[in-house]
Amino acid sequence: MAEIRLQGTAIIRGEAHGRALVSREPLSFWGGYDWRTGEIIDRRHVLSGSIAKDKILAVPFTRGSSTTTAVLLEAIRAGTAPAAILTTDTDFFFALASVVAEELYASPLPLVALAADDFAQLRTDDEVQVTADGAVILVR
Amino acid sequence: MTLTLTANDQNMLRGDFGPAAKMAMSIVARMAEVAGAKELLDISGAHIDSTVYIGEAGLEFAERLASLGAKVAVPTTLNVSGLDEHHWQEWAVPSEWARQAYRQMVAYQSMGTIPTWTCAPYQTEMRPAFGQQIAWGESNAIVFANSVLGARTERYPDLFDICCAITGRAPAMGLHLAEHRAGQLLFRLNDIPEPLQERDDFYPVLGNLIGKAALDKIPVIDGIAIQPHEDQLKAFGAAAASSGGVAMFHMIGITPEARTLPEAFQGKTPIQTIEVTMEALRESRRELTQTDSSQLHMVVLGSPHFSLAEFKRLAPLLEGKRRHPGVKFLVTSSRAMTQLAQKAGFLQTLDSFGAQITVDTCILTSPMLPAEIQNLMTNSAKFAYYAPGLLGKMIAFGSLEDCVNSAVAGEIIRDESPWLR
Repeated sequence: MAEIRLQGTAIIRGEAHGRALVSREPLSFWGGYDWRTGEIIDRRHVLSGSIAKDKILAVPFTRGSSTTTAVLLEAIRAGTAPAAILTTDTDFFFALASVVAEELYASPLPLVALAADDFAQLRTDDEVQVTADGAVILVR
Repeated sequence: MTLTLTANDQNMLRGDFGPAAKMAMSIVARMAEVAGAKELLDISGAHIDSTVYIGEAGLEFAERLASLGAKVAVPTTLNVSGLDEHHWQEWAVPSEWARQAYRQMVAYQSMGTIPTWTCAPYQTEMRPAFGQQIAWGESNAIVFANSVLGARTERYPDLFDICCAITGRAPAMGLHLAEHRAGQLLFRLNDIPEPLQERDDFYPVLGNLIGKAALDKIPVIDGIAIQPHEDQLKAFGAAAASSGGVAMFHMIGITPEARTLPEAFQGKTPIQTIEVTMEALRESRRELTQTDSSQLHMVVLGSPHFSLAEFKRLAPLLEGKRRHPGVKFLVTSSRAMTQLAQKAGFLQTLDSFGAQITVDTCILTSPMLPAEIQNLMTNSAKFAYYAPGLLGKMIAFGSLEDCVNSAVAGEIIRDESPWLR
């Protein structure tokens, strides 16, 4: 068992814990995330078919549709969202869903931006702890 | 770097302009901070993508704002809704779903917006001007406004567009600022025949390729030898904003901030230069089709919404023909464009062919297709990109002529010759 500590920037502060689901490829939640189940449904995406519910989802940023925010907000309300999302830069679309979820339901989704080198160390199925100050601790 | 708010912004945040403006400003200011903006700027127009009904949360957000008395501060157009307000019963839309989607339409209409119900607001009388600061949602509209019109908007998500419209303010960041509008990647067309460049299906294929390679960067396309028309640029942008996160592009000699290569890059050096070859284009065209079958149940056109000029191009292709009884033929458009097409006499031809028209919505946002419709064909790369995930349907991509010929033949047929060379 090795533990790796990566220090990121807490875009939206919060704590989370779960298994990592990692892709180097950006994702649109509209047409890419089924908020009823938490499944990745973009059939052209490497994570197609994976369930992201309660996972620590790592995608570099969002692509495509403006509706990504609305879909993530539905997932947060429905309890099918990832436990936290890790990106390589501030992702405005994810951050907004989290800010609105706080406004409506007092339940923001933790978001952390990692440097590209640190992001590259993430592996699917790592056990991940996200701390409120933006640290990402991996156990594998 | 911290955010500085004006006295007026602070008054709004305190609630002096009412509770809806307070909620909207608190979201705008919080997100401006998240994005690292130093201040907010005035906008003079907005386009609201939040109208698309996804589920309860989006509806709760809209109704919360509406119940607080929200009113927009700037002229504001509305994107597609979940419903063709007057014709949804002709489709498979569940009535409970329709009720919710309709509530969302009512909520956004109550805020003093203009009910355009279209994803192509740049083809309405609300088309923004060069240099105008706006806050737009809807990826295809964003990329068109920035690139083709030279208006300025960041790539805004749903829910944020309406907060900007209510406050009349947006974070001073990204594509609002001249220095962030410089090209980053150079795409050079390498020996691409002019006759292919003239074709409508060239642009979605090129857009799909470039979006995938550019992702969130600003691509510059050099080597287009013809003057593409507006609907070709619209199809290109919609494709690039689907396969990638492209919010702005430059085409040398064509788009307004790219009269020359140095102007497009604002004198900077491209991060990377990428050659666009025939082989890469063929591959991009291939991947837009996600079926091996020639079976066809429905042709769908109008993603983004059909313009008057597109109706005009379609009508003569349909003249004297009739669709195969096993194939539906659907065009999605706005009320305004459909009325113009009616006056111009195009709709009669569509009707005789057996085409259907739906307005206000998009089959990607509305559960209108019955289950037995499984195999679709389209001329839109955006539609081809999203249909498999959103609808779980098979999709084939072809030119407008391919779509018409297939609808008549009752099976998918595509002319490969322009792409072979």
